[in-house]
Amino acid sequence: MSSAEKYVTAAYLVVLGVLLVYLVIYAFKLSRLEREVGELAELARRQRDAEPTPEPDREEVAP
Amino acid sequence: MGLALAFYWVPDAPLEGFRQRIFYIHVPVALTAYACFGWAAWKALRLLWVRNDRYDLESYTAVHMGVIFGILTLVTGSIWARTSWGVWWSWGERQLVLFLVLFLFYSAYFMLRYSVEPGPRRARMSAVYALFGVVLIPVSFLAIRLAEGLIHPVVFDRDVGSNLAGSQLLTFVICFAGTLALAASLYVNELTGKRVDERLRELREALS
Repeated sequence: MSSAEKYVTAAYLVVLGVLLVYLVIYAFKLSRLEREVGELAELARRQRDAEPTPEPDREEVAP
Repeated sequence: MGLALAFYWVPDAPLEGFRQRIFYIHVPVALTAYACFGWAAWKALRLLWVRNDRYDLESYTAVHMGVIFGILTLVTGSIWARTSWGVWWSWGERQLVLFLVLFLFYSAYFMLRYSVEPGPRRARMSAVYALFGVVLIPVSFLAIRLAEGLIHPVVFDRDVGSNLAGSQLLTFVICFAGTLALAASLYVNELTGKRVDERLRELREALS
């Protein structure tokens, strides 16, 4: 491999490398978002369970 | 496809030889960086014009993308300079220095943004800063044509048109289109991620 070929390959590899790093960072961000959505869903479920359940309407019985 | 054309189809340039192939990654990436900064300025203008906060996040994301492509421009340009001129950097080249100034200007955008509390004030300040930076884009782009005695090559000339052969021009257009499409998809992904992040924060505040 000549010197020019090495430099050209390096230039293209740098671009691919930076894109790869970006994708890895983005994958970590997505997994964090997924975890946060899970935590919020759990929080919403707990709040719903803690609320007192309204009494069912009683049907009026004719005398 | 652009990569395959650049390596296997395009003939070697008469003066530069094989190393001219860096052109097909360096120039599209540099033009994409300009496009991202321009897009950020456009969104900043929209924010100041219509006072809609959603443009703040769009402008910020475009600057984010522009800085990533700016880093790639500087690195690929430096590699090309090393193989063509024998140096990694030349401070005498106005084109290079102006691009570096543009890059540093938009890198400082993040420092400004995170030194102010989130809210309309931060959005307005960031928008004004992004708008000021756009002035540097035509200066940086035209510097190579306005200055004399440069070693940085000029490929697209106003008098002659393109100095590229047909196959070189086609490869360049394909590479440029691919890089723009890549930047656009990264921008949309990043913007969606930031919006989801923001909505989650609001939801967390509402639930706690």
